Amino acid sequence: MTIGDVKEILHARFICGEDQKDREIHSACGSDMMSDVLAFVKDQAVLLTGLCNPQVIRTAEMIDLYCIVFIRGKKPTQEMIDMAEDRDIAILCTDHRMFNACGMLYDNGLRGGTPY
Amino acid sequence: MSESLNLNYIITNEDFTRAGEASGDVKSKLKMMGVPPEVIRKVSIAMYEGEINMVIHAGGGTIDVIITADDITMILKDHGPGIADIDLAMQAGYSTASENVRALGFGAGMGLPNMKKYSDEMTIDTELGIGTTVTMKVYFKPKS
Ligand SMILES: Nc1ncnc2c1ncn2[C@@H]1O[C@H](COP(=O)(O)OP(=O)(O)OP(=O)(O)O)[C@@H](O)[C@H]1O
Ligand SMILES: [Mg+2]
Repeated sequence: MTIGDVKEILHARFICGEDQKDREIHSACGSDMMSDVLAFVKDQAVLLTGLCNPQVIRTAEMIDLYCIVFIRGKKPTQEMIDMAEDRDIAILCTDHRMFNACGMLYDNGLRGGTPY
Repeated sequence: MSESLNLNYIITNEDFTRAGEASGDVKSKLKMMGVPPEVIRKVSIAMYEGEINMVIHAGGGTIDVIITADDITMILKDHGPGIADIDLAMQAGYSTASENVRALGFGAGMGLPNMKKYSDEMTIDTELGIGTTVTMKVYFKPKS
């Protein structure tokens, strides 16, 4: 699955990083707690979150995650968008809620990690 | 890299949105130095969790990063309240974070366990009312 596919599946729109739509996504993580996300280190993952502050971008940076989906219509600030652009992180926004958004990606074959 | 390289940061708690800048800076410096991605990732996560803890639990502090040919050492020192029970604090899910901090996406009680998991050595020196020093080391090559 690519970032572009994630966008289509979640009826999302690009806030930034549309040029990265062909990058491959291999797994997903949905959480509003950043330490949960930091415990989940997987290559080429997408992060779904309802948390909307600069620490989301930093968390993605620390684990080399390059696609963030803000759910429930959350909108990042310009500061966050600038940070994401600097780090080549694509941001998507969808109106779907967490459970449904995760389910839609799961239905399309994306998986999370194993329990640790 | 025959000599050691030191990086020093002062961490304040004035602006939460800036928490993690030091860790981001270390990450980009290590990248430029050609440090292996797995090592960078371990250092980044461990330091970022420590930096956030300093900001949310201890009112800021200082971070020294020492890079040698063999390993990377991070020393995070604060003058916060200290940790009463280290074993308890190390348990996954234990947190004293306030609702405010949770609303910012922290307070899952996963930070210290993550720091332990992603560093090869970790020690915590703490005294109530005096402060806490967390020292973490990440090796370039796994020790046998
Ligand atoms: N530098 C520190 N000074 C004082 N107390 C600390 C410090 N670091 C951690 N603690 C205490 O240890 C607890 C556990 O820390 P830990 O990082 O595991 O979880 P957290 O910070 O509460 O949540 P999370 O890291 O998941 O966002 C904290 O809630 C706090 O009570
Ligand atoms: Mg923490």
